Amino acid sequence: MMEDALEIGGKIIKNRLFVGTGKFAHHALMREALLAARAEVVTVAMRRVDRKNHASSILSGIPEGCTIMVNTSGARNAEEVERIARLARAGGLGDWIKIEITADPKYLLPDNAEALKATEALSKEGFYCFPYVNPDYVLGKRLVEAGAAAVMPLGSPIGSNRGLKTEEIVRIMVEELPVPIIVDAGLGRPSHACHCMEIGCAAVLVNTAIAIAEDPVAMARAFSLAVEAGRTAYKMGLPESVSFGRASSPLTGFLGASGEER
Amino acid sequence: MVKVRINGKETSVDRDVRTVLDLILKEGLVPNDVVVEYNRQVLPRDSWGETCLKEGDSLEILSFVGGG
Repeated sequence: MMEDALEIGGKIIKNRLFVGTGKFAHHALMREALLAARAEVVTVAMRRVDRKNHASSILSGIPEGCTIMVNTSGARNAEEVERIARLARAGGLGDWIKIEITADPKYLLPDNAEALKATEALSKEGFYCFPYVNPDYVLGKRLVEAGAAAVMPLGSPIGSNRGLKTEEIVRIMVEELPVPIIVDAGLGRPSHACHCMEIGCAAVLVNTAIAIAEDPVAMARAFSLAVEAGRTAYKMGLPESVSFGRASSPLTGFLGASGEER
Repeated sequence: MVKVRINGKETSVDRDVRTVLDLILKEGLVPNDVVVEYNRQVLPRDSWGETCLKEGDSLEILSFVGGG
């Protein structure tokens, strides 16, 4: 089979499982999980340093060669996103920004209007913007016009493990938008990730389900296999479903049956 | 003593802490692990040593943490 690479954000990515780095018990475990996932794209966040209790940098636990996407979680509006993006660039982490603006503390749902504003502003400054949004096809068109490198619709609320509850709209976005669609948030099982890939998503981003698994390394591998399986199936074209049975073994020529009776 | 605001908190810094770089080192931070916003502008690392702290300055010192 031809190599099936994803061209995105000025790079060529082979592994379509993007992995978030939150909630791992410690950096060494996270590193093992990232290696097991064969992750090429990982996300990190930025926070004020705790002056009384310096934590070691998350970056030390990320395997070499990974592309780092900085998420702007914690930002409340486009202006804060822009500040975080510029700081990330000054920190030498490159130009990939996951625009995440949380407007709602209960469901952690993103603010689409502010995400569009931030995408417009940061694309002009040469950032590759990956806006995390509530699935909305028309907004997706606006994001593409604004220069988004990809669009990241949520499957279900962050950390909820409920899977792709937004499938109808995500399917339309996959079908119609000329940029990669990456499902982000809510994927709790490898089968959820596989399903996203089967319907043609370019990649998925998984964090919680891997990080808090009993064995994050094994779960990372499970997700990696599922993403590969779903992607391969999508490339092959899935068969249509029908409402009656169709035998997979021949039904004729058996124990004297004439064959005509059937 | 000079009074500055660090990560939203009013802080008095000693006279021997003259520059942003002095402050980062005094705080025990690893320069490569943090980024600094100085009066709401990103301050590139190579400017830390020549940026002198003044009364009323506002600094945000951030680091990279785990996130999804």
